[in-house]
Amino acid sequence: MRRLHQLGMKLRTLFMRRKAGAQLDAELRFHLDRQIEENRAAGMSADQARYAALRAFGNPALLRDQTRAAWSWNGLESLLRDLRIGMRTLGRAPGFTFIAIGIMALGIGSNVALFTVVRGVLLKPLPFENSDRLLMLYEHSTYSAGGGDFPYNLVAGGVFDAWNKENTTFSSMALVRNDQVDLSASGGQLPETLNSGTVSWNLFPTLGVQPALGRGFAAADDSLTANGTVVLSWNLWKRRFGSDPAILDRIIYLDAKPYTVIGVMPEWFEFPDSTTQLWLPVYHEMPTTIMSHLDFHNFRAVGRLKPRVTAEEATANLSIISRRLHESQLDDPFIAAAANSRPLIEHIVGDVERPLYVMLAATACLLLIACLNVANLLVARAAARRKELAIRTALGGGRLRLLREHLMESFLLSAAGGAAGLALAWEAVHWFVATRRNMARVGSIHLDGVVATFTLGVIVLCALFSGLVSALNADGKRLLASLHESSKSHSAGSARARLRKTLLAAEVGLTVMLLIAAGLLLKSYQRLRDTDIGCTTKNILTLHIDLPGARYKTPGPAPVNFFATLLERVRALPGVEAAGFVTAVPGQGYMGDMGFTIAEHPPLPRGKGTFAINRSADPGYFAAMGIPILRGHTFDDGQTLDRANEAIISESFARKFFPGEDPVGKHLHVMGGKELHLIVGVVGDTRYDLGETPEPTQYYPLYAGDTNNGTLVIRSSHDVEQLALPVQHVIQGMDHDLPVSDVLTMDQLLGKSTLDESFNTTLLTGFAALSLLLAAAGLFGVLSYIAAQRTSEIGIRIALGAQREQVLRLMLADGLRPALIGLALGLAASTVTVRLIHSMLYETQPLDLAVFAAVAATLLLVAALACMAPAWRASRLDPMQALRME
Amino acid sequence: MGKPSDLLQGTLDLLILKTISLEPMHGWAIAKRIQQVSREVLQVQQGSLYPALHRLEQQGWIKARWAESETGRQARFYSLTAAGRKQLEAEAANWTRLSAAINLVVSEA
Repeated sequence: MRRLHQLGMKLRTLFMRRKAGAQLDAELRFHLDRQIEENRAAGMSADQARYAALRAFGNPALLRDQTRAAWSWNGLESLLRDLRIGMRTLGRAPGFTFIAIGIMALGIGSNVALFTVVRGVLLKPLPFENSDRLLMLYEHSTYSAGGGDFPYNLVAGGVFDAWNKENTTFSSMALVRNDQVDLSASGGQLPETLNSGTVSWNLFPTLGVQPALGRGFAAADDSLTANGTVVLSWNLWKRRFGSDPAILDRIIYLDAKPYTVIGVMPEWFEFPDSTTQLWLPVYHEMPTTIMSHLDFHNFRAVGRLKPRVTAEEATANLSIISRRLHESQLDDPFIAAAANSRPLIEHIVGDVERPLYVMLAATACLLLIACLNVANLLVARAAARRKELAIRTALGGGRLRLLREHLMESFLLSAAGGAAGLALAWEAVHWFVATRRNMARVGSIHLDGVVATFTLGVIVLCALFSGLVSALNADGKRLLASLHESSKSHSAGSARARLRKTLLAAEVGLTVMLLIAAGLLLKSYQRLRDTDIGCTTKNILTLHIDLPGARYKTPGPAPVNFFATLLERVRALPGVEAAGFVTAVPGQGYMGDMGFTIAEHPPLPRGKGTFAINRSADPGYFAAMGIPILRGHTFDDGQTLDRANEAIISESFARKFFPGEDPVGKHLHVMGGKELHLIVGVVGDTRYDLGETPEPTQYYPLYAGDTNNGTLVIRSSHDVEQLALPVQHVIQGMDHDLPVSDVLTMDQLLGKSTLDESFNTTLLTGFAALSLLLAAAGLFGVLSYIAAQRTSEIGIRIALGAQREQVLRLMLADGLRPALIGLALGLAASTVTVRLIHSMLYETQPLDLAVFAAVAATLLLVAALACMAPAWRASRLDPMQALRME
Repeated sequence: MGKPSDLLQGTLDLLILKTISLEPMHGWAIAKRIQQVSREVLQVQQGSLYPALHRLEQQGWIKARWAESETGRQARFYSLTAAGRKQLEAEAANWTRLSAAINLVVSEA
């Protein structure tokens, strides 16, 4: 009851404060009047009565304040008062307010945006049931001959089979593989190539995911003899089938074979990556030889740990099984002797983790610079208002009260900046998601409650930081001094200028760090794009073709005939200078390798093996791509089907496996193959990826008929893009249900493969440029302020005969000193921080002298430019006018 | 008559509660009544009275209401709430105990 009453009182004093104040005044006036009446009744005159009553009453204003002090919400009331004062003071300086809020918005916005991305991609757990119990499983291969350690190798079907049957540490284990399938034309829609996930039936239950529609795979679906079944992604279902609920049990044609649609996955589900559009059962898709082979490294495996089993125990358990397999067949050197694992989330986001954290660190630097800049502006304002503050202190304004007002100002700035920053971050995140659509987990990036809380936290931190730093100097003890100083005749506020210079030095230091990181990434990206990939990149068009195995069986004559006819017709097109076909062009990735032995060499010791990247190419491929034939010649005509027995090797292959010998005329024996291949030529090295060194490569004739997919390359003398349509017409004319994908010029293909690097570099350079701008603005502001403070001093100097050049030099030195100190600090700190981005650099040393020097020069130039204007203005001062201002 | 004694800390609350327990009163009357009843010994200053009244009101011991005063002007009348009545009993009992104890100590000599 009393509590309720108290609450009522509180609400009344909160919401009816003005009325309560009026009532209090009336109450006190009543008391006073009664006293006067009493005095008059006692026989005093009217005036006497009044004065006596007032004397007894004391100071009415004080009494009112004392009484109000008994009310609730006084803290809030004074807070609101501070808020009003703060808003009014900021409103009086709209220029300053606008700039400060803008700077804060940039800093907070970029931070919030990056945090949103980092949280969505790296920090949020995967959207699977108990996702921390999920491991990605690998074979750990070590090849002593032919070198190399592959801790995260793909898993062979037979090894997976053994793991799955014999392990005691996983409650379930599933296979997964990225593939592509051709979806046939239907319902007026063109055929297209789709990224697919070829998975064992239990992948969805292992992850703990249910289809949104229909059912997942059953064990019975996952065998060679079962009817074809397919699960669609939400996106494909929506895009291609118009979200038709009747899709279930419909037949669609994939690689020219019929499949029944049994389910649609939820919209958020993306696995193994965000581009996967449908899922097929792996034991239905893959021949038994591949599924049971111990050294065809084709798959990835996902395992769910049993309760209370650690990842180390589970991996050790699998390693024992692998070791047994390895030792049971020592003839095959490519069966791995150990297993490896890492958390599923690490597998998925491992590549983007470092760059994202570096970006987040960069935005944190930017925010710090923004805060320093705002603190700097606040110090300047405090300096301008020091007389006002000194008078208020002299009149009894509490230091704490003044500090609170000061903090309120910086809080208002941060809050407004944060609000604007949030809007900025909203835009930035949308842009990021749209630009990086293929990045891992990009779909889980959202602005949510946690991000909002983070924003609030950042706002409070910024307010405290910039407020306290600038308040550091609002020192009440030097009250008298500041009242003295207010006479303009001597240079005032040198201490304040010192604080501002310190802040500037810190700002410049941070800027230097960002600039150096950006410079290194730029240089690295330049190196990457300048890398010679080993073939012509100008005026080359590439198209991916994937012949459906149902109609183009391998090994067999059907793909051979198709490719031969295709190349013949394409070469006949006007404008085509040359054309060729290969499983993968340089820059398209590793794709695959194959073990081999050299017939003329003594046999390798048991358990040792040699391998190299392998490609199938038609005889015209090397000429079309401009890959030089260094020795011998290309494949002879008539290397078709069973008659194919030639091989071509790359320069590094020759160097590595035929040191000091002529490889031409020797024979290669391919693992598992019967016939020997005669080496007829040696060609120049190429890189499978721009950032990789050239790997030994072996080429075999395309017309052997083992291959039904790969890349068609076309070279023209100019405007090769114009050939894209005629070539697709040729393909359509040969097989109207054959989709073509990835129609790219070689330049575009390489650009796509360096998209990440380009993106990171652009972003970091942007941040560095912004912070340079802020630092320059800071320098300009501080020197302008110092110059204004010293106007009369400079006037006297000039009047006494100082040369204008001397004044210029004096002012420049004053402004450049903090820049120089900051530069030195920044360079020193950078020698440590560049280590963080070491792994993001390609052929660039973290301590690259040229980058450091260029950054130092840029910074000095910008600093000099920023200081020039105020210094120049000071040196042009008219002494008469300056002195008259007194 | 010497200088009016300063009120013991906290006793003002008790005096106010006791004074208005008979009938609702406005501030001036409360001060007057305390002065009369104590035979001019206790003089309540406005500087203490009004903050105390407002504090007691915030705490829910007393409530206020505007009504016509004896002179015909509107005045703010204070009266006890049910909780205030209980509080008065508790404080009065406490005071009796305390003053008896002080008496014991003072008369010992």
